[in-house]
Order: sequence, then C-alpha cells, then structure tokens
Amino acid sequence: MQASPPAGTGVCFSAARRWRMAETVFWLAAAATFFGLPGYHLLLTEIAIIGLFALSLDLILGFAGIASLGHAAFFGLGAYVAGLLGKHGWGDPLLGLAAGAGSAALLGFLTSFLVLRGSDLTRLVVTLGVALLLGEAANQAAWLTGGADGLQGVEIAPLLGRFEFDLFGRTAYAYCLVVTFVLFMVARQIVNSPFGLSVRAVRDNALRARAIGVPVNSRLVAIYTVAAAYAGIAGALLAQTTQFVSLDVLALHRSADVLLAVVIGGVGYLYGGLIGAVFLKVLQDVFAGLTPQYWTFWIGLVLVVLVLVGRERAVAGARDVVRRVVGIRRRTS
Amino acid sequence: MTVSLETRGLTKRFGGIVATDNVSFRLEVGARHALIGPNGAGKTTFINLLTGVLPPTAGQVFLEGTDVTRMTPERRVLRGLARTFQINQLFASMTPAETIGAAVSERLRRGSTWWRSLGGQREIEAEVETIAARFGLADALGTNVTRLAYGKQRLLEIAVAFACRPRVLLLDEPAAGVPEAERRELLDTVAALPRDVSVLLIEHDMDLVFSFAERISVLVNGALFAEGSVEEVSNDPRVRAVYLGEDEHG
Repeated sequence: MQASPPAGTGVCFSAARRWRMAETVFWLAAAATFFGLPGYHLLLTEIAIIGLFALSLDLILGFAGIASLGHAAFFGLGAYVAGLLGKHGWGDPLLGLAAGAGSAALLGFLTSFLVLRGSDLTRLVVTLGVALLLGEAANQAAWLTGGADGLQGVEIAPLLGRFEFDLFGRTAYAYCLVVTFVLFMVARQIVNSPFGLSVRAVRDNALRARAIGVPVNSRLVAIYTVAAAYAGIAGALLAQTTQFVSLDVLALHRSADVLLAVVIGGVGYLYGGLIGAVFLKVLQDVFAGLTPQYWTFWIGLVLVVLVLVGRERAVAGARDVVRRVVGIRRRTS
Repeated sequence: MTVSLETRGLTKRFGGIVATDNVSFRLEVGARHALIGPNGAGKTTFINLLTGVLPPTAGQVFLEGTDVTRMTPERRVLRGLARTFQINQLFASMTPAETIGAAVSERLRRGSTWWRSLGGQREIEAEVETIAARFGLADALGTNVTRLAYGKQRLLEIAVAFACRPRVLLLDEPAAGVPEAERRELLDTVAALPRDVSVLLIEHDMDLVFSFAERISVLVNGALFAEGSVEEVSNDPRVRAVYLGEDEHG
C-alpha cells in the first residue's frame, strides 16, 4: 500500500489536490519519448495501453479495494467492439473509443452487482469467471469474432480525419499517449473529489462508511462501472492501433499481467499502474532480447524477488545504488 | 413531538436465541439516556437494530415519528440517526480532516460529486474546522488517524458521528479503553454535546453513566428489565442484584 499523502498544512484537504513537481516531470518524460525514441513507438504504444488498463484496475483495486482477476473482460470487450466497428465500416477512432467505453461500462455495471458481496477470494473467482465466460463466448461466436483466427480486416480511419495511422506507429503512439493522459487527469479528478473520498471510505471501512450515510453499494457500482469503461477504452486502443483483435485480449494472462503491473508499481496513487506497465513491458522486452527462449523465467524471478524483498525496500535500495554510483562518478571525474 | 426515537415490540432471534426480546423503548427529545446491562444482555444487537445493520424479527423502529424499520442504515443516517462504535471504526488511510470531511460531504449530498475537488469546497472545509475545534482535533487535522493517540481516536470516533449532524446520537461505550490521562477531555466533550441532540449512551462504566445520564434503562437477557431516573434505577434492589452490585465496586 502506498502511504497516504503527507499532512496538510493548515488548509484541510490541500494535500489531495496539489499537483506535484514529480508529476510534471513524469508527463514531460512521457512526451519526450515521443520525440526522443522514434524507434520504440510500437513498444511505447503497448506500454501506454497497458498503463491505461492498469490505471483502470487501480481505480477499483487501489481506491475501492476490489481485487479482480478478470479485468480483461472489459479490455477484451472494448477491443472487440472497436474492432468490429472498424471492420464494418465505422472506422473513426474516437467513435470506436466511445463504443468500446460504453459497452464495457454496461458490462461493468451489470457485473458489478456480482462483486458487491463477498470477500476478496470470492471477488477474484467471480471476476475470473466473467472473463472466462466472455472468452469462451468470443471463441464460439466465430461468425462474429473470427474465433481462434482473430478478427481480421479491421480498418481504422485517420484520426480526426487528418492523421493517418502510419506503419511506424507515430500517430498510434501520440494517440494512445494523449488518450491515456486525458483519462489519467479525469481519474485524478475523480479520486480527489468527494466521490473519490467516499469510495476510499468504503475501502477502508465499509461498516463505518455506512454509518456516516455513504450508500456503499451504489458507490462501488459507480467506480466499478467507470473502471470498466477505462479498461474498454484501453482495449479499443489496442484493437485500433494493431488493427487486429484475437482471443488473447480476453485471456487470463491479460488480467494477470495488469494485476502484476499495478502490484509492481504500487496501488492507490494512480501512477502505480503506469509505472508498473513501463517496468513490466521494458523488462519483457529486455529479457526477450537477451534470451528469447527463457525470458519468462527471468521475469518470474524478478517478480518473486520484488515481492519477497518488498517494493519499498527494492525502490529504496535502487535509489541507494544510484546515489552511490553517481557519487563514485563525481569523485572520479 | 417529544419522542425522538422509539421501538415497539422490537424482537431479534438468532435461531433459538432471543437476543432482543420484545423491547418497547422511548428516547425523549434532548434526552441524556443510558442503556446498561451485563455482558451478553443484547446491547449491541439492540444498537444494530436501531441503526438498521440488522433487520428485526418482529417489531418496529420509529425515528421522529417515522417508521424506519425497513430503511437502510445510510438512509437513517441522513435522517438524523448517527452512532459511534465501541471499537474504533475509522478510515485507516485518512486524516481526521478527510474522515470528518467524508461525513460532512455525505450529509450535504455531495458524496457522488466527482467533477469538483474536495479541496475547493469552502463549506466543507469550514465545517470540518468547526467540528475539529469542538472535539479537540484542530491540531491533528493533517495527521494520519492511525498515528493519533488513542484518546484522540476516540474523540474522532464521536466527531465523525457528530459531523452527520444527528438529532439522535448513539454512543457505544465512548470511553472504552481510554487511558486515565485522556479521559477527562473525552468526558467533558461528551458532556458538552448540544442539548438539542438526543443521546443514548451504551456504557459499562458506571461513573460515566452517573455523571452523564438523566435516565437509565437496564437490559437483561435481551429484555427491558428496568427503567427510570438515575436515582430510581440505582436504588432498585432488583437492578442492584443483577447488575450494579457486581460492577459498582468492581
């Protein structure tokens, strides 16, 4: 768990809304990758999408305390909806995003009632079950989804009628980055609002939340629906930027990966999912380059070490190492 | 209207056990009323029935003349029925400012507002500051609640309930576990609650009961055993036999 924001200074809630310098640095760095790393746009696009997906999971896991092993259900639905629209002549990217968000939100709303009750374990199983159901439905409905062959022939129109999606992923990356940024800002607003506070109250202590008049269930339904819409948009982005949708978007490993990203980056402060996505994807890319056959082994090892050592200690340790290295360089130069 | 909270024939059975047995109880407007009883007398169940955490097997609950028996706990809160807990139920990730702010914003029906930041809302901030001052928490508004001294946590426990601006306040053993040094402040704060709030105090601590309450009801085996002024109840030989006799010098 991320520590709560530091104490306010006189004014009651200033800590929550204050924009920190590190946040500006983070987003400037993200923007810089667009200009500075042109050869990596495909990987960066994927990172932005997984980051947005992880942000969505953080909204329910970090802020509402709902653990999910089936978040890919919403991601996959958004991907299929946007893909199908593109395939059948409705290739406008923003229309696809809206449709992906809307359909995933509807599914989120309907399934939220299943996660209202029960412990973390029941929630894990229920969410997993919903994703499995959807995965099998997509597999069986081959006439619609292409089944195991995937959805082919997805055509996406130029963004805003002007920017073609190019082979190098320039437009795609800019598009995904901007969408992720805008949705991040909206999420930030949500968690800093009275609504966000009440959702945190439910996470911390549902009994007390009820006792101060918070309608616990409807708040959980609301945040779950919003998070589902976010995941649907992430899925739609993937379908549009790869112009292809396969059953993989609904697979268990999607849900597991995004959970890993959030856990690695830390829950409950919104940046965790983004940082975790960067970490996970870069790690995958590096290991896959070093040892194409055994990269999952190394990823697994890093994850086990990370969890056993603890993220805070690992981060503090890395900071220490960096300081020492920088210190040595300064002394030698 | 002189009755703020009333139950009629309130009964709760868990299987074969009768936890609340046909209780008809009245809390007058502005009352300082204590509910006492030995362990296992059904005090907690009674509170849970009043607040709507548990549905009764039979009987009704009236809040200011309105039948609230089937109303959810959160609706009852918005109608002016708030409670504190015997064991602290606070929000572990929050500061007192956020904790009280959550209750205030919910009362102002802003709890589903997502497009405005909490920080910009002067109305909520001002009320948080007023309540914090009343409960001796002004200096601790920005400290995480888990780092507050236990006595301060108990004060916050009451402050949160008070932030719901209740007309009926149920205090469940407010002084439980508070060390001697912090006790005075807590008792004074409870004594200084405004008179237009009707208070039902559930308590083991007889000093607190006698210093605070004007009326006492005694619950034994889930049923209302005796009721009257402090004097009447403390002189009632039956009450002394089942309850006071054991605890008074204990």
